[in-house]
Amino acid sequence: MNPAIEHPLTRKDFESDQAVRWCPGCGDHALLNQIQKLLPTLGIPREDFAFVSGIGCASRFPYYLDTYGMHAIHGRAPAIASGLKLARPELSVWVVTGDGDALAIGGNHFIHALRRNVGIRIVLLNNRIYGLTKGQASPTTELGEHTKSTPLGNVDRPFDPVALALGAGATFVARALDTDLARLGEVLRRAALHPGTAFVEVLQNCNMFADGSYRALTDRATRDEARIVLEHGRPLVFGAARDKGIRLRGLQAEVVAIGPEGAREDELLVHDERADGGALGFLLAQLAAPGFPVPLGVFRAVELPSCEARHAGLVAAAQARHGRGDLQTLLAGGNSWEIG
Amino acid sequence: MNPAALSANLADVRPGATLIVNSGAFTPANLAKAGYAANPLDDDSLAGYRLLAVDMSGLTATALACCGLGRKETERCKNYFALGMMLCLYGQTPEREIESIRARFGERDPRAAEANVIALRAGYGHAEASEWWAEVPHVSPAQLPPGTYRSLTGNQAIALGCVAAAQRAGLPLFLGSYPITPATEILHELAALKHLDVTTFQAEDEIGGICAAIGAAWGGVLALTTTSGPGMSLKAEALGLAVMLELPLVVVNVQRAGPSTGLPTKVEQSDLLQAIHGRHGECPLPVIAARSPADGFDCALEAFRIAVKYMTPVILLSDGGIANAAEPWRIPTVSDLHGPEVRFHTTTADFAPYARNAELARPWVRPGTPGLEHRIGGLEKDFLSGNISHVPANHQRMVETRAAKVDGVAREIPPTRVDGAADAALLMLTWGGTWGAATQARAAAEAAGKAVAHVHLRHLNPLPPDLGDILQRHRTVLVPELNLGQLSLLLRERYLREVVPLCKVQGRPFMVEEILHRILELA
Ligand SMILES: Cc1ncc(C[n+]2csc(CCOP(=O)(O)OP(=O)(O)O)c2C)c(N)n1
Ligand code: SF4
Repeated sequence: MNPAIEHPLTRKDFESDQAVRWCPGCGDHALLNQIQKLLPTLGIPREDFAFVSGIGCASRFPYYLDTYGMHAIHGRAPAIASGLKLARPELSVWVVTGDGDALAIGGNHFIHALRRNVGIRIVLLNNRIYGLTKGQASPTTELGEHTKSTPLGNVDRPFDPVALALGAGATFVARALDTDLARLGEVLRRAALHPGTAFVEVLQNCNMFADGSYRALTDRATRDEARIVLEHGRPLVFGAARDKGIRLRGLQAEVVAIGPEGAREDELLVHDERADGGALGFLLAQLAAPGFPVPLGVFRAVELPSCEARHAGLVAAAQARHGRGDLQTLLAGGNSWEIG
Repeated sequence: MNPAALSANLADVRPGATLIVNSGAFTPANLAKAGYAANPLDDDSLAGYRLLAVDMSGLTATALACCGLGRKETERCKNYFALGMMLCLYGQTPEREIESIRARFGERDPRAAEANVIALRAGYGHAEASEWWAEVPHVSPAQLPPGTYRSLTGNQAIALGCVAAAQRAGLPLFLGSYPITPATEILHELAALKHLDVTTFQAEDEIGGICAAIGAAWGGVLALTTTSGPGMSLKAEALGLAVMLELPLVVVNVQRAGPSTGLPTKVEQSDLLQAIHGRHGECPLPVIAARSPADGFDCALEAFRIAVKYMTPVILLSDGGIANAAEPWRIPTVSDLHGPEVRFHTTTADFAPYARNAELARPWVRPGTPGLEHRIGGLEKDFLSGNISHVPANHQRMVETRAAKVDGVAREIPPTRVDGAADAALLMLTWGGTWGAATQARAAAEAAGKAVAHVHLRHLNPLPPDLGDILQRHRTVLVPELNLGQLSLLLRERYLREVVPLCKVQGRPFMVEEILHRILELA
């Protein structure tokens, strides 16, 4: 009998006995809470979850979750998780990573996991700073930003993780905000169920070294103008009074006022997660302050065969052709001779 | 030989030896390309050799005249003409080769297959019918124990050994790899064996290759990563992780001449110290080396046996010479093969992820096992629970335990075999691919009346427990290596014993004469 039915799992089952070491107020706590809330509801036995991480504050995540976990080396978690998922497709394999871990040292593994569409979930806690090493610029630190390694201002342009993921061919790409708990939970739930690689960027405040990176998005006074929530099949509308929208002019997006003086709702861009190619998602990923609200939600969700499914297909075809394979026949090869 | 081959290889040919050249290739254009001002077949420059000049190009063209092939296609068949001649000289019949030509080309290009068969037969017939046939020395087939044989390259042997290990263990095999000469064929071989439960993952780089293998090993399959020198350097950090995680993993390094890109297609044995010491921190792991192509099979099986029994990464060293050379291999009976003994831990009572057995190995627990959820990682961990521990005494204990575990692999090493005169004053000590030349040099020295003992090492870390005693028994220890003395350095450090290195780093294997010469000086 399924133990999950006998003793329904609760969030308690996913709390490990290790003391959580993140700074009080760090956005990482929010992800842990949402994951501990989500996992017992997925109908997956606890032992079938495996969390892999690299190095960084974000990467301490697996220690706090009572599942199988591996705290590995800096940037390599997507490769380790890919190997695990290919060896054990039945497991629910997750990567928790940071912006330095995933996009700097681990950039190569990150884009290739997305390209292959291995069935792993990659959650990137983007605090736009190296937290664990106490405050150096990361690949998502804004131009001109002052950090310990850029005391006179950052001269390197940042990556946008969502645009990067879409460029790498990711089949599920979403963005959520650490303080927007309900939507964070919902995006994670959808990621958990996606058949290929699911990528979620979590905008995470590091109150020690990059405090306020997302203030405009979180402050009650500004947030409704500063963010826009993506909903599949719905026009892109935002603002406290829901009186602004995004309209396309050619290939350019523009912010328009909705109303008798401005645009009609049916002129607005309608979100389509399943749009062919990554173009719409990429266009949305370009929307950023100043000038545009920051999109939150699911940019892209399309179903393509996962790497492990394609692999299983090859195995089935090979076994149909050659049978299950016999070691003695393999060793004998095709061209042997006798010495008597 | 054509002019280019003659000019490149003549220095390695003993005076008085037989040179077989394709006189049809000695055209003015080819001579100029090889840097010859005059045709060496026409002057006295080859007078010190027995010269067999055969117009292989012309004779191949004549033999194939009826086939209606183009000039280029005809020209391509001359290698089989040459092979036919050589089969005759080596006392072989052409039938087996003909079968293999048909197997190789038959389906894809039956016309090419038949043309090559005709060329091979023509070469064979030409040698048999020629007047020089009686004059040149013939080589009789090697004396081998009875059995069924096939030919195997080092890369094939390692690939087959890994599949055998997995099949005998009853587990899937996972290879994470990034192409690099001269290791790539292992990936090619295994990629074609999906029906035998083999997964190959061509990673984005060598780091991805080993990391994917670590993930797979955690998942409970037999995991492997294959590479050569530059890739080995990239894997160093992940190897350290594998040592910390204490998961079974086999890492094959098909060595090539370094440093950096070095001589990518040439042989060297210069990664021994890297294999043993090339990681940060106290990071010991077992290292073994194949001595010949066929030996790669046994070494791959042994590497997995050690990896699983001791829950550790194991490095298997091969080299560019072994990788591509082929050797007759007696096909073993599967039921005789000793694979790794796998016991996944499943009981929840008193479970501790880093509890150890008599071999100091920790349990192998597959994710998915109910009730055993736990975390592992690269941070130092508590001696039992595996939780992060910064306790000073715990770190010392863990470092020493990991070292003791690897030292304990010595119990897997059988008593060291001494070939030749065990009581000779001179001991020759070799490892890896120098085995063949060293063995022949010993035989030649014995034939010249010089006694020499020969020990060949498969296990480089740990070294055989009886090696110290053996070294005591000989006045002089000669250590031929294709590096600047890496095993010599280990021996001096370990046994406080002077040895005589014989070092060669030319991207080429030892010639028997080079070792023999040194033996005769020392014996
Ligand atoms: C090979 C290697 N290089 C450098 C480091 C040092 N290091 C640890 S974490 C880190 C950056 C982490 O930043 P990020 O991924 O953004 O995570 P955060 O700490 O902000 O959550 C660095 C540079 C390391 N551990 N390993
Ligand atoms: S340093 Fe920043 S990212 Fe790290 S735990 Fe503290 S607040 Fe969080």
